[in-house]
Amino acid sequence: MIVRIATEGQYDVSDEDTADLNRLDNEAVSACEASDEAGFRAAFDRLLDYVRTKGTLVADDELFGSDMILPPPDVSLAEAGTEFQGEGLIPG
Amino acid sequence: MPGLSGRMSTVVKAKISKLLDRAEDPSETLEYSYQKQIELLQNVKKGIADVVTSKKRLQLQEEKYQQQVVKLDTQARQALAQGNEELARTALERKNGLQTELQSLDSQIAQLEEQQEQMTASEQKLRAKIEQFRSKKEVIKAQYSAAEAQVKISEAATGVGEEMADVGLAMQRALDKTENMRARAGAVQELEAAGTFEDLTQLGSGEDDIDRQLKSLSTGSEVDSELAKMKAELGGGAAPAGELGAGAQTTGGEGAGAGQGQAQ
Repeated sequence: MIVRIATEGQYDVSDEDTADLNRLDNEAVSACEASDEAGFRAAFDRLLDYVRTKGTLVADDELFGSDMILPPPDVSLAEAGTEFQGEGLIPG
Repeated sequence: MPGLSGRMSTVVKAKISKLLDRAEDPSETLEYSYQKQIELLQNVKKGIADVVTSKKRLQLQEEKYQQQVVKLDTQARQALAQGNEELARTALERKNGLQTELQSLDSQIAQLEEQQEQMTASEQKLRAKIEQFRSKKEVIKAQYSAAEAQVKISEAATGVGEEMADVGLAMQRALDKTENMRARAGAVQELEAAGTFEDLTQLGSGEDDIDRQLKSLSTGSEVDSELAKMKAELGGGAAPAGELGAGAQTTGGEGAGAGQGQAQ
């Protein structure tokens, strides 16, 4: 599956790693919902690291639409809370 | 993959609204001529130039501050030599404030440097994708039936559209940051202009706004210790309590010893 880290690039992550991704994502989301800045930063960084290490960077001459798009690495807790959840989101 | 995304929490499963807003409809992207894509690349280039300009401006400001720090130091010494401790203190407080500002300028310049590199990398990546799209389109057109080609080209266009949207998002974030820095630098410059004094004698007894602001930036103890040090230096050998006076004597003695050591 193709995962894009916004402002960074696309990674090809094996479908087998989806469960791990899901767990890491749930951690980031609960920290975000709890407005736990440090917790969110740590969880989100773990999620990004997972994608970067487990995935392979999609070459510049490959043209894929992404299956998932993660917020930019420097996203703030406030941005993550308002822009990447709740309103403004397209489900699915 | 609906089953998968259904289990995912929002951060992951959702495609960022901002990115989706900017991403072109694939069918629309197909209508983009190569010319239009090149135009978008030019915008990225302009964004990079903007960051470079901001960086240069901050670097110039940094140089100016550095010169001013030296000047204020000299002025403080002169004031102290003339016995005007109050004036020396004011000069040191300004110097202290400028040094704080210099540190912040340093980190801002480093940030801009990083942004410039990132945007340059993005620009190259987007250029590669556009180029790939152009050649792929021709190959697909030649190899597939019209209907199949439409689907395949559409897929490729989604890739280019998403990349363009992502570069747009990256550029927006970089420019927002740059804008904040520029606003701050402008404000500091105004403050500085309001309080700049070429000649210490022109400084009245009353504090102006810049004085109070810079004073609050600087910690009193730092200024105090610097003032004491300066006094000791100016006092020279006549001030027995002066650390530097004592240091100079010791250094002189050791210097002779060291000279011998080197000779051996």
